[in-house]
Amino acid sequence: MAVSSSATSTVMNNVEAVRATLYEALKSDDRTVILGEDVGARGNVFLITKDFINEFGPQRIIDTPIAEASIVGIAVGMAMEGLRPIAEIQFADFIYPSFNQIVGEAAKTRYRSNGEYTCPLVIRTPYGGGVRGALSHSVSIEALFYHVPGLKIVAPAFPADVKGLLNAAIDDPDPVLFLEHKKTYRLIKGEVPDGHYTIPLGKANLLKEGTQLTVVSYGLYVHWALEAAQKLQEEGLSVEVIDLRSIRPMDKGTILRSVEKTRKLLIVHEDNKFGGIGAEISAMVAEEALFHLDAPIRRLCAPDVPAMGYALPLEEEYMSSPGEMAEAMRELVRF
Amino acid sequence: MVPKVDTSFERHDLTDEQLVALLRTMVAHRTLESRGFQLNRQGKIPFASAGEGHEAVQAGAAMAFRRGVDVLVPYYRDLGLDIGIGVTAYEILLSLFGRAADHSAGRQFPHHYASRKLGLYSISSVIAAQLPHAVGAAYAMKLRGEERAVLTTCGDGATSEGEWHESMNFAAIHRLPVVVLCENNEWAISTPLSKQMAQPDIYKRAEGYGMPGVLVDGMDPVACYAAVKTALDRARSGGGPALVEAKCYRFLAHTTDDDDRTYRSRDEVAERRKRDPVPLFERTLIENGVMTADDVEALKRSVLDETNEATDRAEAMPYPKPEDLYTNVYSANFQPWQ
Repeated sequence: MAVSSSATSTVMNNVEAVRATLYEALKSDDRTVILGEDVGARGNVFLITKDFINEFGPQRIIDTPIAEASIVGIAVGMAMEGLRPIAEIQFADFIYPSFNQIVGEAAKTRYRSNGEYTCPLVIRTPYGGGVRGALSHSVSIEALFYHVPGLKIVAPAFPADVKGLLNAAIDDPDPVLFLEHKKTYRLIKGEVPDGHYTIPLGKANLLKEGTQLTVVSYGLYVHWALEAAQKLQEEGLSVEVIDLRSIRPMDKGTILRSVEKTRKLLIVHEDNKFGGIGAEISAMVAEEALFHLDAPIRRLCAPDVPAMGYALPLEEEYMSSPGEMAEAMRELVRF
Repeated sequence: MVPKVDTSFERHDLTDEQLVALLRTMVAHRTLESRGFQLNRQGKIPFASAGEGHEAVQAGAAMAFRRGVDVLVPYYRDLGLDIGIGVTAYEILLSLFGRAADHSAGRQFPHHYASRKLGLYSISSVIAAQLPHAVGAAYAMKLRGEERAVLTTCGDGATSEGEWHESMNFAAIHRLPVVVLCENNEWAISTPLSKQMAQPDIYKRAEGYGMPGVLVDGMDPVACYAAVKTALDRARSGGGPALVEAKCYRFLAHTTDDDDRTYRSRDEVAERRKRDPVPLFERTLIENGVMTADDVEALKRSVLDETNEATDRAEAMPYPKPEDLYTNVYSANFQPWQ
């Protein structure tokens, strides 16, 4: 868990937490560079890197051409040559051109050279909906990369986790895909411990204890699942909520311990249900804890359509609301 | 399209010793590559690839490469470059046999080497995927103010990839110390140059990116050395990137799994064989008094002996163990499944 070198903390939103962490990384290590579209003078489209270029210079805050494959590919080369690049894909929806560089190159560098070369690289990207982002500014991309050994995937929900996990990602000797939910950027505020600390990649966080049902989620939906679980608390139903924080590797231990206690599992995520993260968690629990279960595993996820639409009803229909989550929880508790 | 044969001998700044070393790399390249084919046809190894026709450009480029200083980000058809910068016959045979002591511990296809000591980067077989790595490494060198350069290579087919364009563009924008050497052998497996690009002079594209483009006869090792050396020296001293196009030819099929009779005529191959760079350069060295015919024969014998010895030694080495499949996915101190 978070270990702070200081007893003090500061209230921040998720944008500020990303920004503060990146700033410290640049300040503390000359090898750190940031590259991406509009990260320089504009300071990133969410102003995360605002003014960095003035302090650290255009050599370390690199405005790249609009070329996502080489944003990642160049970062791979930088990493192999001893820098600590933090590559930004402006929106997760634009990551597809860099698929080969992430999956075929970054994730396999250590393996294919038997450890002779490594790829200490962070790829940050804002993802997720609820912001009227339509087909190309709202997608969840985690499942596309979930299949890939050699990669780590992180999707924090709280500002304190953003800082601890981003620090861990930057320190990590292997490539990390760091997913930041756009809707949480300014919506979610919280205490962030001052000073440098890390949160281990691959450790989930048990946010709320409960006895009748385990709910597993990540990103924006963690907040909504928590809201729903608290509502159910008022109804006398006891729901346990786990924030995965790291999607890959999966924290099997935390999930299994919880399911063995509550005997029921609901997975909620914003990404499509079919072939999503919930499918792997379901399979894992079915393989390892089937006889602890008192009800079928349930997944509340996006329908099998390409994306949420721009029009509000199309966005709302695609996404799950706290109310829908509460209803799914009630049904499963009563099963 | 075929560059004219230049009968005059220009040795540039190369000593007799260096000229002999060039020939040795070319002969080793050819010998080790045919060893790969022989072992495949004997059923001893599953796969080998072919670079016959690339000996001159690769030996020349390797001689321009500064060992211990520069970085090489090659492509998979660069056995001669690998040899020229210091990969040994034994390491090559370990790779062909897929033995545990291979650079990749038997994971990679043959000729995908990786050695920090030699400055040789790890590559995949995905076309042009290595170009951005070369550019990123060059960026790191420039950022740190080092007098080093990156040599990266590709075939003509690679120039169709988006990453090739992106890399050229970024290298030029930041005036990075990287030299892109395109070994244009006119064939991308079965696809001829005419279906790869409308304008067959790849070096001319350099102007569009804002960097110098140089055309060199890829069958002349000394000319290739000089062209790549000029570009690398310039890059190291802050002059920025360059594109060197070496026109050569692929004499054999793409790999042991390919049959080039299905897509090109024997007449074409026979015609191009007339400019086979290995006998051409042997003759040049003999005619210019650098070596005697006996010297050349002795060199070939020595390379063959070394290849035979390496073959026996590598073949006797163990395969990786089944449990070696599981190492180096992540750093060793990371346990993904706790």
